Amino acid sequence: MTSIPVTPSSAASSDPEGPYLQVEDLQVTFPTQDGPVTAVKGLSYSVAKGQTLGIVGESGSGKSVSSMAVMGLHDAKSARISGSIRVGGTEIVGLGESRMRSLRGNSMAMIFQDALAALHPFYKIGKQLEEAYLVHHSSASKRDARRKAIEMLDRVGIPQPDRRVDDFPHQFSGGMRQRAMIAMGLINDPSLLIADEPTTALDVTVQAQILDLLQDLQREFNSAVIIITHDLGVIAEMADDVLVMYAGRCVEYGTTKQILTAPEMPYTWGLLSSIPDVRASTDARLIPIPGNPPSLLRPPSGCSFHPRCVHSDKVAGDLCSTELPELLPASSGTAHLRRCHLADPVGVYQSEVLPEIAPELVEETR
Amino acid sequence: MFAYVVKRLISGVLVVTLVSMAIFLLFWYGPSSPAQPICDRETSNRCTQTKLAVYEKTLGYDNPVYEEYGKYVKGIFVGRTLTIASNDYECGAPCLGVSYRTKQPVKEELVSRMPATFSVAIGGAFLYLLFGVPIGVAAARRRGTVADKALVSSFLFISSIPYYLFALLTWLYLTITFPIPFFSDTGYFSIAQNGPLKWFGGLFLAWVALGIFGCTQYTRFTRGAMVEALSEDYIRTAKAKGLPTRTIVYKHGLRAALVPVVTIFGIDFGTLLAGTIFTERIFDIQGIGYWSLQAVQGRDLPVVQATALFSAVVLIIANLLVDVVYSVLDPRVRLS
Repeated sequence: MTSIPVTPSSAASSDPEGPYLQVEDLQVTFPTQDGPVTAVKGLSYSVAKGQTLGIVGESGSGKSVSSMAVMGLHDAKSARISGSIRVGGTEIVGLGESRMRSLRGNSMAMIFQDALAALHPFYKIGKQLEEAYLVHHSSASKRDARRKAIEMLDRVGIPQPDRRVDDFPHQFSGGMRQRAMIAMGLINDPSLLIADEPTTALDVTVQAQILDLLQDLQREFNSAVIIITHDLGVIAEMADDVLVMYAGRCVEYGTTKQILTAPEMPYTWGLLSSIPDVRASTDARLIPIPGNPPSLLRPPSGCSFHPRCVHSDKVAGDLCSTELPELLPASSGTAHLRRCHLADPVGVYQSEVLPEIAPELVEETR
Repeated sequence: MFAYVVKRLISGVLVVTLVSMAIFLLFWYGPSSPAQPICDRETSNRCTQTKLAVYEKTLGYDNPVYEEYGKYVKGIFVGRTLTIASNDYECGAPCLGVSYRTKQPVKEELVSRMPATFSVAIGGAFLYLLFGVPIGVAAARRRGTVADKALVSSFLFISSIPYYLFALLTWLYLTITFPIPFFSDTGYFSIAQNGPLKWFGGLFLAWVALGIFGCTQYTRFTRGAMVEALSEDYIRTAKAKGLPTRTIVYKHGLRAALVPVVTIFGIDFGTLLAGTIFTERIFDIQGIGYWSLQAVQGRDLPVVQATALFSAVVLIIANLLVDVVYSVLDPRVRLS
């Protein structure tokens, strides 16, 4: 392992400035009445400009907590953050509130899941966009801000933006609200955009439009994008790199191709197995991951996934339940990291997992 | 909006009509003759059956009830001449009857007592909003801390005391035990006759009692609404935009939290304007509340009738105003 994490996919295409966002050994702990809850542990990743990182995992795996830490959205009184987060070369952990405020919404922005709840119900869409612009452009006039708001609404594909700018959020449809949310996120031309399940609350046709829009905008603004999702379809569509999280830790990290075609961690296999296939016969079984995500208050010993892992019997002794596996390079490439004790994950995947989830691929590989 | 207000006004008039009927019928079919109180009063409690019959006849209680109600309603619009025993009393529109006690038209006394009640209500409400809302916001921002818990529990303690006891204790301590020179002579002194200083001094303790008691309630309302608002997703969005904390708390949080507070305040304030019986009685303020209490004690039926009708009208108007203001505050509410 190198000391500075590099993005798996940009290992080849080297950016002279290095990745725009670098997260190293991030740990987020919330003190609760029942004791401290560590929602994110030892997380490292990086995203370069123009690149998209997908973060996947179940609810409560620390996806949102880690990206809220990047945005500095955790209440300083209720969250303890350690490690390092560098955005465009600026260390964010421990940064003062006023410095942090000048970065938030300016060089990094976040798009939230439920746009109806995330937009203020009492203010017009335009006013909310203008506010986001004015707070980082103190010299701009209200007319400039309004022009900018209309321009952004137009850019994200809202019809008649000069009229819709005076609508309230509840007068927009779900897809339009998410577009407006994106327009608000991009109004200050951020270099880092974090999209927290941007399509979860939308219906399928609108989902595709929103993903297309995000891709277009990323090409146009050349920003670094983090997309948080539990939908591997979104990952396949959008991401260059994928980070799989489980119980607050990174369990597998690699390029999208590596993760989707040659995963080496039983949890990732579980995620892939639990996707329904539209073309599969109706008799085909959907294989869910057994059990529930662990309590972060009392995480399992050893590998956090071992109580739910069906392959732990292939590891000698009780290694899985006693020792936390390290995040080590996988066999498919150096930039592909996995956290698993299995000696031959590729073999297990080929012989046991693949035939279950995609029998047609087994034929091809043989 | 205009159509909505008109519709609400019409339904309001309907409610007032029903209330007036209910009040009228209650007295008409009460356990004793409605003429009994005036008969007792005029004859110094030596009201005989024959004397009572004279009063009943002159007051029209031997007529059918709908006929008399008709006269009553007509009196409200054009005025009427009331006859009690052998005396005639002129009662101009809007005639709400003639007080059995003073023999003056009820309306005139109602109007003359309004400034006292309104002074108490406006001053008290001003004080409890002035302190209750900001303290509630401050507590919500520090929720869970020792200061917040201490404040909430002590305010809950005060609001748990019955208001009449609280007001009485305030009066006892601040006028008898530790009299404050300028403020302990409580009562209503009109500005026109006594100057603003005397007016202020007389009402001050009543305002303090109303203000402190209301403040404890409004602090809790505001705190609750604010805690809820601050946990909304749009607050996180506001923070993610990089807005300063003040803007997040006041422009985004308080703006949303005010809606339920304004709703409660509208109804509360209406109740205050209809007469604050305890406050006025304890601090000796000759307002509508005190008057209605005296009327009940003295069986002054026309006054009881008038004050009940007045409260109904004030509350209906307050409700309508709350709904209109609500639609201004929350654009999602469509008045139709």
